[in-house]
Amino acid sequence: MEAKAATGWSRGRKKKRKYSIKLLLMALPFIVAVFLFYYVPLFGWIYGFYDYKPGIPLAQSEFVGLKYLRIAFMEQGMDLVRVLKNSLVLSFLGILVSPAYVLFAILLNEMRGKWFRKWVQVTTTLPNFISWVLVYSVFYVFFAVSDGVVNNVLLKLEWLHNPFNFLGNSDIAWAFQTLVGLWKGLGWGAIIYLAAIAGIDQELYDAAKVDGSGRFRTIWHITVPGIMPTFIVLLLLNVSNMLNNGFEQFYVFYNALVADKLEVIDYYVYKIGLETNDFSYSTVLGMFKTVVSVTVLFSVNWIAKKVRGESII
Amino acid sequence: MRRERILDISFHVFNYTFFAIFALCCVYPFYYILINSVSDPIMVTKGIYLWPKGFNVTVYQEMLGQRSISVAFGVSLSRAVLGTILTVFSCALFSYIITKKEMPFRKTVYRFVVVTLYLNAGLIPWYLTMKMLGLKNSFLLYILPSVIVGFFVILMKTFIEQIPVALEEAAVVEGAGFFTIFAKIIFPVSLPIIATITVFNAVNQWNSWMDNLFLVNDPNLQTLQLTLLNFLKQSEALAQETTRRMMGNQSAGHQISPQNVKMAITMIVTAPILLIYPFMQKYFVKGIMLGAVKG
Repeated sequence: MEAKAATGWSRGRKKKRKYSIKLLLMALPFIVAVFLFYYVPLFGWIYGFYDYKPGIPLAQSEFVGLKYLRIAFMEQGMDLVRVLKNSLVLSFLGILVSPAYVLFAILLNEMRGKWFRKWVQVTTTLPNFISWVLVYSVFYVFFAVSDGVVNNVLLKLEWLHNPFNFLGNSDIAWAFQTLVGLWKGLGWGAIIYLAAIAGIDQELYDAAKVDGSGRFRTIWHITVPGIMPTFIVLLLLNVSNMLNNGFEQFYVFYNALVADKLEVIDYYVYKIGLETNDFSYSTVLGMFKTVVSVTVLFSVNWIAKKVRGESII
Repeated sequence: MRRERILDISFHVFNYTFFAIFALCCVYPFYYILINSVSDPIMVTKGIYLWPKGFNVTVYQEMLGQRSISVAFGVSLSRAVLGTILTVFSCALFSYIITKKEMPFRKTVYRFVVVTLYLNAGLIPWYLTMKMLGLKNSFLLYILPSVIVGFFVILMKTFIEQIPVALEEAAVVEGAGFFTIFAKIIFPVSLPIIATITVFNAVNQWNSWMDNLFLVNDPNLQTLQLTLLNFLKQSEALAQETTRRMMGNQSAGHQISPQNVKMAITMIVTAPILLIYPFMQKYFVKGIMLGAVKG
C-alpha cells in the first residue's frame, strides 16, 4: 500500500519534471531571441576599446584601451560640450513645460459636455500616433519659408514683410522643437493625469462641496495634491532621461541652419558612427550615454525610495 | 454670489475656447493637406483653406501607380501585419509560459526580459549585431528584433496572473493540453490586453523607419515613411526632377508641383492611421492606464 503510494508519487514527480523541461524548451527560442537582440549588442561595447575599422575583423584591430574615451572628453571635448548642452537644454525645456500636461488634464476634467470632452480627447491624442516623418511633413507644409501656410497668411495680412524661416532659424530652434514636442505629446501625456484624477476619492470632492468650496479652491486643495505623486514620478523619470532626446525628431528637423542647436547626443552618435564611419568613437559615446542614464535612473530611484518609501521603477 | 457666477462662466468660456483651438490645431493640418492634395494645383497656389477647389485626384492616381510607392506601401503594410502577428503571439505565449509554476527559473527569466527596458547598447553595437546576424538588407530586420518586447511581456504577464486558476483547472480535468489551454482559454480571456498590444505594435511598425535608414538600402525593402522623408528632404530642384519623372506621362497642361506630390504621399502615409484611429482610441487609452499602473 505504502510502496504503491510512493511509486505513484515518484511517477507524478517524473511527469512534473518532464512538464518543466517542456516549458523550458518552449521558452528557449524566446530567451535566445532576447539574448541576441538585447544582450549581444552590449558585448559590442568592446569595439570602443579597439581601433576598429569597418571591414577589418576585430581580431586584427589594435587594442587602444581608453583612447576613444580620451578623445571624447579631451580632444573632441568642445564637440561633446556643445552636443551635451543641446541635449540638456532641450530636455530641460521639455521638463519646464511639463506642468502644461497637468493643467491640460485639470481643465479637461472640469469640462462638463461629455461629447465635447470625448472629441477633444480623440483629436488631441492623434498627433502622438503619427510618425516623426509625418510630423515633419505637417510642420513643413505650415512653417516652410517659401509657400508655408503660416508665412502665406502672415504676408497676406501684412503682419510680415519678409517670410520668416521658422524651420531654419537657430535663435528659436530650441523653443520651436519644444513646441513641436508639445503639439505631438500634450493630449496623450495628459491622459495619465486624467487617470490619476479619476482615482481621487470622490468623497473628498463631496466634502469640499458641502463646505462650500469654490471651483478653484477645490482644484487647488484636492485635485492638485491628488495628482502630485504621479507628477513627481514622471518628473524623476524625465530627469533620468535627460540625455535621451531621441533620434527621430532631430534627424527629421535637422538642417544646416539649425545644426548648432539641434545636434543632440543621439544625433551625434549617428553622425560619428554611420556618416563618418568612426565606429569605435561612436560606440564610446553611446556607452557613455547609457551608463550615465542608468546611473541617474537608479540614483533617482534610490532617493525616491528613501524619501517616499516607494520606488519609481 | 454674482461675482462667482461671472467667474464661473468666464472660466467655462475660456476652457471651451482653449480646447476648441487646440483640438483644431491637431486635426486641421491633416484636413488642410487633404483638401490641398485633391485640388487643382493652380488653385492651390492661390491658397485653399476650407474646402477643395477644382477637385481632382490625378496626383493620387499617379502616385499609387508608381512602383516605388506601391512597393513601399506593401513593405510597410507587411511589416505592420506580419510583425504584429509575430510579436503578439510570441509575447502572449512567452508570458503564459513564465506564469506557470512548473517553469524553471521563471523569476530569473522574467527579470532577464524586464532589464531589456533599461539596456541600450547604443547605435553602433546594435548596428554591428544586426549585421552579424545577417539582417542587413533583409525584411526580417523589421520584424525579428521585436519578437519579444519587454513592456508587452510585463502587461501580458500581469494580466494572465489575474485570470482565475479555476478556469484552467477545469480544462486540465477535461484533459486539455498546454496549447489547447493557451488557445482556447488564455488567449480569448486576455483579448482586452491583446487588443491593446496589437494596436500599439501595429502603429509602431507602421511608423518605423530608423531600422530602414540604418540597415536597408534595397529599394524593394524601402518603407513608406522613409520614402516620404527622402522626398521631403530632397532639394527643390531634385524634387522637381522626381516629380517630372513620376508624372512623365501627364499632359503638359496639367502641372503637378513637388508640393502636390509631398501632400499626396503624406496623406497616403497618414491614411491608415486616420482610418483605424477613431476605433482604436479606447485601446490606446487602456494601454497607457495599464502602463501607468506598472510604471
